[in-house]
Amino acid sequence: MKRAIAWIAFLLGSLIFILPLVGMTEFSLSMRRGEYSFDAYASVLADPQFRQTFTYSVVMALFTIVFGVLLVVPTAYWVRLKMPGLRPVVEFITLMPLVIPAIVIVFGYIRLYNTSSWLPLTGSSMGTDILLMFGYTALALPYMYRAVDTGLRSIDVATLTEAAQSLGAGWPTIFGRVILPNVFVAVLSGAFLTFAIVIGEFTLAALLNRPAFGPYLQLVGANKAYEPSALAVISFGITWLCMGLIQIVARLAPKPPTQLH
Amino acid sequence: MSPHPPSGGATERMSQTLSLSRRLPTQWLGVVPFFLFALLFLILPALSIVLGAFRGPDGGFTLANIVGLNTPTIRAAYWVSIYVSFWSALLGCLIGFAMAAATVLGGLPRFIRSPLLTFSGVASNFAGLPLAFAFIATIGPAGLITVWLRTEFGVNLRAATGFNLFSTTGLIATYMFFQVPLMILIITPALDALRREWREAAEILGATGAQYWRMVAFPILLPSLLGTFALLFANSFGAVATAFALAGPQLNIAPILLFSQIRGDVLGSPGLGYALAFGMIVITGLANALYLWLRARTERWQK
Amino acid sequence: MADPFLQIEHIRKSFGPTTVVQDFNLDVGRGEFVSFLGPSGCGKTTVLRMVAGFEEPSSGRIVVAGKDVTRLKPNQRNVGMVFQAYALFPNLTVAQNVGFGLKVAGMPKPDADRRVAEMLNLIKLPEFGDRYPYQLSGGQQQRVALARALAPKPKLLLLDEPLSALDAKVRVSLRDEIRMIQKELGITTIFVTHDQEEALSISDRIVVMYGGKAEQVGTPFEIYNRPATKFVANFVGTLNVLEGVVSDAAAGKVRISSQELSLKGKLNGSKTGDQLSLALRPEAIALGPKPGHDASLQGQIADVHFLGSVIRVRVGLGSGIVSLDTFNNSATPPPTVGDKTEISFSSNDLLVLH
Repeated sequence: MKRAIAWIAFLLGSLIFILPLVGMTEFSLSMRRGEYSFDAYASVLADPQFRQTFTYSVVMALFTIVFGVLLVVPTAYWVRLKMPGLRPVVEFITLMPLVIPAIVIVFGYIRLYNTSSWLPLTGSSMGTDILLMFGYTALALPYMYRAVDTGLRSIDVATLTEAAQSLGAGWPTIFGRVILPNVFVAVLSGAFLTFAIVIGEFTLAALLNRPAFGPYLQLVGANKAYEPSALAVISFGITWLCMGLIQIVARLAPKPPTQLH
Repeated sequence: MSPHPPSGGATERMSQTLSLSRRLPTQWLGVVPFFLFALLFLILPALSIVLGAFRGPDGGFTLANIVGLNTPTIRAAYWVSIYVSFWSALLGCLIGFAMAAATVLGGLPRFIRSPLLTFSGVASNFAGLPLAFAFIATIGPAGLITVWLRTEFGVNLRAATGFNLFSTTGLIATYMFFQVPLMILIITPALDALRREWREAAEILGATGAQYWRMVAFPILLPSLLGTFALLFANSFGAVATAFALAGPQLNIAPILLFSQIRGDVLGSPGLGYALAFGMIVITGLANALYLWLRARTERWQK
Repeated sequence: MADPFLQIEHIRKSFGPTTVVQDFNLDVGRGEFVSFLGPSGCGKTTVLRMVAGFEEPSSGRIVVAGKDVTRLKPNQRNVGMVFQAYALFPNLTVAQNVGFGLKVAGMPKPDADRRVAEMLNLIKLPEFGDRYPYQLSGGQQQRVALARALAPKPKLLLLDEPLSALDAKVRVSLRDEIRMIQKELGITTIFVTHDQEEALSISDRIVVMYGGKAEQVGTPFEIYNRPATKFVANFVGTLNVLEGVVSDAAAGKVRISSQELSLKGKLNGSKTGDQLSLALRPEAIALGPKPGHDASLQGQIADVHFLGSVIRVRVGLGSGIVSLDTFNNSATPPPTVGDKTEISFSSNDLLVLH
């Protein structure tokens, strides 16, 4: 009885996921009348704009990841090691992007960093790209910080640091050879998550007028019939790949030594 | 410590530099980059919007922008946004809870769990335009299900149920795709944390299953439920891309109105735009403050 | 038993192909305190959970006060239970926890409040009603759990290793307190534990379980002094086991590492050449001869542990080693390792394990 209800709840709920996935897949294969084909995909892949915008977003994602790691890992480490009192403050800040809508943040960017401001980042495309990267870093901050902080929690940061110091290691060595390898898995899962967020992001890129994949998707969605579904399938595949990689990385991770009680 | 006199000086020097670094707040240097970043690209931008909302064209303080929000269009935009966010968060919580409870407590085989969580991780990140495309392909005017219902059963989805994907109902339905898995991801650990002993202790004390849920399990889960609801609310309140792709710029919800305002000053007043954005911060802020307040009330029993 | 209050009859329980309890029988008298003692996995908790109603027996029946409860749900049995640890509802205060059973039973609030106050007095925490479980120590939490179980006046009290998560000192004091309250209320109680000292000190009777079966049922005195099986002898208390061979069944002679012991009338049914295990408690052995000790063996001091009031000496007997306890006596220094010595004991204290 209980199990039957559980099955019903589970299967009905699953329809929310399964139907759209089936729908978009079927639609993406239906470009040719009367038979399934990959025409929509071929059309998408042949579009030079697809390649340009996709490449742009991939590069942006990679820069965002590098910058995010360099910003978050030392901070999380330092807060854990030296300034645990700051933890609530830092955590609050990292959660701000979940509360303040992205569109409001980018609105603030446009107001603060326009061509007539003290830091005219939007004045050049290079500057706008940097601003966009900062924006992406802010969007990914909650996920990146939590991933890294969880990773740091599973190792004993203070003891590892002291052990390294007692062996004569300086800060760069401690950070690069001791801490980073130990939270590598956490950093990677944060990185894949960042990638998934950045690759299809629309609002920031559209309002900063950058030729990213998100605005391109919008353009295709407004003008084509079957290609959007093909793009949805591709996007879903990329998201799936990122999450799958997180799982694989987590499984390959060296298990921390069992704690003695 | 070396007992030999020659090295004594070095030790002393070292302890001097150490005590110097104790006195100067050098440890703050470690968090400067982070706080600088947060200030420049998170706090100041938000603050500039707030200030802009209270500044008139001449640069002086004014409440005119806030008052100016009180037009039918803007009121409706906020209202529809709150409506969509509230219902998508509520339904997302309910459906996600049902699925998580079915998996954790309902006696479904254990092998379902791990794929469900992985899939939820994927689906909760599958938002924006591609999500809209997927729903258009499924229940849009020419979507898989719409066409199937029409050709197999002669049912016109829109005429029969009044369902229109490009309306608020359609938006809510579409948001389910990421709201439900987000709920599953957050609530599954909370359900796992319900100890078997609590249920058994309640049972042996004579409680029915319903009494156990009302008096023990639900109060324990309530903080997580409230927190997730607030998160889901903010999540859909700020979402632009999906709505934009579904209904285009003419759908009157707050984030899309703001989008149009940033692009082309459709409100005809920059100050009004800041006020509109400020209102969005206030609403998500209020939702979260409400959550924190309720949580403090429900969590007296926690450390 | 003339008037058993709880009857467990031919209970069996299998989970799939594994049988965890096989043909378990027990009668418990009204107001009796019975412990289930055994290593983990012996089935003691499963039997308890079947009495509580959390598991249904594969066969057999359970009768409480003349009524068959085998198929009743736990919430219909009117049984109180204390779990290992952390089973207090964290969202309810101490008073609300204790009053939980009264509330779900629909007792009017003033009556329930009075009963809760009474229970908090019983466990000597009258001022703790408004606290939350996280504000209590482990021992206090378990006392509240006890009060919660007792508040609805259950017919039966089940204790599932309630002391195992506590530290040693609290364990002893709470153990005594549980026993005192149980005697005061006269409630029939089953106590599951893997700690033999706990079981010996607290119980009217002990059921020693192993491999899903009751190995022996008896008073603590019987269990300790007359273990029925090799398992019981080994599991309860410290035991010296000497392996021997019957050298002359008729004369009652047993050979233990080239020494001969005369054990007339104790070898019931053994034949010459049989392998025998002979067991002795450390406190039954003396160094040197002692009045009343009719058996002795030669050996060499292997080890001396000074434990304060007691000195534990280990004596090598050729192949085996025995431990024995002597009281510390300030006039005589402890024996030296390597000394030749003789140990003596009464052959009545010798347990022959087959």
